[in-house]
Amino acid sequence: MSEHVRNVERLDALAAETHEGAQELRPRSETMPDDLGKEMGAVLRVQGLNLDPTSIDVETPSDERMIINMGPSHPSTHGVLRLMLELDGEYVLRTKPVIGYLHTGMEKTAETLSYVQGGTNVTRMDYLSPIGNETVFALAVEKLLGVEVPERATWIRMMFNELNRISSHLVWMATNGMDLGSSSMMIYGLRERELILAFYEKTAGLRMNLNYVRPGGVAADLPDGWEDDIEILCDTIYQRTFEYDELLTGQPIFRQRMIGVAPITAEEALALGLTGPLLRSTGVEWDLRKSMPYLAYDQVEFDVIVGTYGDNFDRYAIRLHEMRESIRIIRQCLQKMPSGDYRTQDPKVTPPPRARIGESMEALIHHFKLFTEGFHVPAGETYVGIESPRGEIGCYIVSDGGPKPYRMHTRAPSFTNLQAVPLLMRGGTMSDTVTVISTVDPVMGEVDR
Amino acid sequence: MTFDIALPESAQTVARDNGDVVVFAHPNDYLATVAALRDNGFEMCLDVCGVDYLEHFDRELPEGVVGTRFEVVVQLLSVSRAQRVRVRVQAGNDNPFVDSLFSLYPGAEAPEREVFDMFGVLFDGHPDLTRILMPEDWEGHPLRKDFSVGRVPVQFKDGPGPR
Repeated sequence: MSEHVRNVERLDALAAETHEGAQELRPRSETMPDDLGKEMGAVLRVQGLNLDPTSIDVETPSDERMIINMGPSHPSTHGVLRLMLELDGEYVLRTKPVIGYLHTGMEKTAETLSYVQGGTNVTRMDYLSPIGNETVFALAVEKLLGVEVPERATWIRMMFNELNRISSHLVWMATNGMDLGSSSMMIYGLRERELILAFYEKTAGLRMNLNYVRPGGVAADLPDGWEDDIEILCDTIYQRTFEYDELLTGQPIFRQRMIGVAPITAEEALALGLTGPLLRSTGVEWDLRKSMPYLAYDQVEFDVIVGTYGDNFDRYAIRLHEMRESIRIIRQCLQKMPSGDYRTQDPKVTPPPRARIGESMEALIHHFKLFTEGFHVPAGETYVGIESPRGEIGCYIVSDGGPKPYRMHTRAPSFTNLQAVPLLMRGGTMSDTVTVISTVDPVMGEVDR
Repeated sequence: MTFDIALPESAQTVARDNGDVVVFAHPNDYLATVAALRDNGFEMCLDVCGVDYLEHFDRELPEGVVGTRFEVVVQLLSVSRAQRVRVRVQAGNDNPFVDSLFSLYPGAEAPEREVFDMFGVLFDGHPDLTRILMPEDWEGHPLRKDFSVGRVPVQFKDGPGPR
């Protein structure tokens, strides 16, 4: 295998076909069948995996058809998601998500930040589950470094990941309730989340975007009396999940808008690369915590919640039950929390203790070097994926041996999951779009990065 | 841990000590390599991402693989085997392009658009290769190493510098 023999003639044609233009949907009268095929989004792709523009209904445009724009700042799009919809009366024919309104170039920024600073960057991606982002970044860096993390740090990370899952699902319950007209759920969800944020603040000093999980361990040990806090938190939220159940599950309007709406099959979900509650709702038993355990998930007992029909209601039920399973895991963390260091004592990644800096020049220099230059990571590349509340979040890091990542890429679950939206909406009514966006649960900070 | 899947001869499999399995696919056999993996249990394409190795043409690669400036990295996952594999393909220097995985994994559509947007790698066979994150009239591909990160213009100086 020597020089690459490439088909260069094709290249010009390819560059000509590629355009940097419109991302918008145009009316049918102005749309060629080819373009229509492209705009069909995920729908056609899944059906036989082949683009066949003729199979889309391209007959004469009727007066009932119209293109409407939804978003980017629409209350039900949970951020700045913009959808172009083609409607036939009340029914949705085509959907095209337009994203990028929150693109802040975080992957580019990551290349200018050292590994010590990197955590503050990744934590802002999926702003509803900051701990998941930090954990996956820290795990990837540690994998490249070959650093062993103390047992206690691993368990603290696991506990925080589960707290995070609960708080993220609580926000989901809240906003989903709001979208469906249950504003009490909105208030309850955010009220319970406050308990978790208060615990974050007590431990890490911040309520959101904590930068708590860092390469080498966690930023601070658990505060005195954390056991009581966690116990109260678990008891309260566990009990409240049954209240939500009572409030929503049997509610006739809620049921009508959820049950059987926007179903997806397992084949479609796998083909589109969906993960998390979306994939599990189709009956695929895939949870990285169970299937490919990381941290200490192989030492705790919990169940993977799986749905059957892949509809909105399954996705709701999965999230509700996952909160209970998370509480189960947190309770086990409470019992089994090992003692010891909360971060590795490897001087390569961990600064010297505060007390030594005052009396030792070497310690001062060490501290200074670590926070200005950062630590060097051996050259190489690796990928780590963990289960965030929305699906598999992954971190691909390429290191060239320097103190900053040469390339840092995040596999964002919301970004991939968003591809399911055109498929889920096809043929549904306009009002279902709200529930579809809600149950897919995209976080735009992560989609756009 | 490696696997017993018959891949095209040009593909080289490297199993690292840390558990990562990396397949270096030849650009001409890229689609065939990924198709072989898909047909043998790797049902999901989790991610497609690009890397610009402008400063590291001499990076560590298995014998016979000629490193080019752009590389496309694909993360595949097998639900049935509970296994991951990473496929790396050299995409070229000046006009990078590789085959699109769209015909194998429809879910690769958005990530490939992102790679096009960020690196300018063209994907042969992609149905709708347009910018996805950057504005439509944006010039250049931001994650390339020779793309300036820009700076904040300072008021009352000579005027804003180049982007």
